[in-house]
Amino acid sequence: MFGLESATGLSGAALVIGVVLVEAIVLYVGYGYLERLVGPRLVEALRGDS
Amino acid sequence: MEVFGVAVTLLALFAGFGVLIGLLFGFFGMGGSFLVTPALMVMGYETDVAVASGLAFVFATSVIATLKHRDLGQVDYKLGVLMIAGTTAGIEVGKIGLHWLQDIGLADTVVSVIYVALLGGIGVFITYTATRGGGGGGISHDAESEGEADGEDIPDIAKTIQSYRVPPMMNLRGGISVSLWLILAVAFATGLLSGFLGVGGGFIRMPALFYLIGVPVPVAVGTDLFEIVFSGGIGSFLYAIDGAVDLSIVVPLLAGSALGARLGAAATDLVDEDEIKVYFGVMLLLGALAVAIRKVGEFADIPVLQTVSLVVIIGAAALVSGAVVVSSVRALRAETEYTTTTAD
Repeated sequence: MFGLESATGLSGAALVIGVVLVEAIVLYVGYGYLERLVGPRLVEALRGDS
Repeated sequence: MEVFGVAVTLLALFAGFGVLIGLLFGFFGMGGSFLVTPALMVMGYETDVAVASGLAFVFATSVIATLKHRDLGQVDYKLGVLMIAGTTAGIEVGKIGLHWLQDIGLADTVVSVIYVALLGGIGVFITYTATRGGGGGGISHDAESEGEADGEDIPDIAKTIQSYRVPPMMNLRGGISVSLWLILAVAFATGLLSGFLGVGGGFIRMPALFYLIGVPVPVAVGTDLFEIVFSGGIGSFLYAIDGAVDLSIVVPLLAGSALGARLGAAATDLVDEDEIKVYFGVMLLLGALAVAIRKVGEFADIPVLQTVSLVVIIGAAALVSGAVVVSSVRALRAETEYTTTTAD
């Protein structure tokens, strides 16, 4: 995936783990924004409020 | 149809599985490699790829969950660093013990028996204490409370440990004071088991932080996650040097689990503490059962038991995460009913 199948060695490992770390941070920020955006409406729906 | 050279169905499968795993991870602070690695192995991935991808996934998930718990003030960095030091030493000694057992041909049997006894023992203990007394004596699991605990919340065994005032004393989050040596001893013991059993160790450390040191549950979860960032990061980097981390597994799994972890962390703010402990205990008991079934299958050469073991693990995860969601929704609705009644 992302052309990193053959990434090995110290630099390859740093690249692969870097991709994983960047994805984690992007997801944290992105889902955080999404939570603020739709969270209250989702909670209201789960509460059974119309 | 493919995205980045990977089938969409496979990406969707991993993302869905990720939501399930993330929910448990965000809620309990454990459950990553414990569930992911065996599932990948049964799917036909090579052992090193399954272990490496599982570790990379655990690393990334714990980064996200630690950031979330940090925002809620539930990470004790001082305790986390001390735990990392003690655990690292324990892991090294555990590895030496394991190699010695391998040399005399007893490693597999001894590790399996300890694994089942430990998971089962902790599971029985947690389930028993959670169901005893009908909900009294537990600590607050309020995610916004920053993990402050009063004296009644601290388990008796932790009070006994805290009474040994061997200097230097360390003041921890939650207003508790414990000897540095006792923290290192607990960290070393959990690291020893972690290195000996070849697992991340969250299922050992989180209860140990609460029951032995007396750290409030929210802080125990946050601090445990903080430690997993380092152990998972180093472990996956070492495997990635040999090219064993498969991003087509990790990327979709992480996308799903990040969402699940957010829901799981939010659920800790809603669900009663004693219910949490019961779920945790039941999941450990089922985990012990799954390991026992797999080992019996290997010993008696019955391959179908490998599948049964996987079904028990995934079934336990689905059951417990389902229970967390249902309890959270019920708690939300109970809040609404209470507010409506009070307003009336």
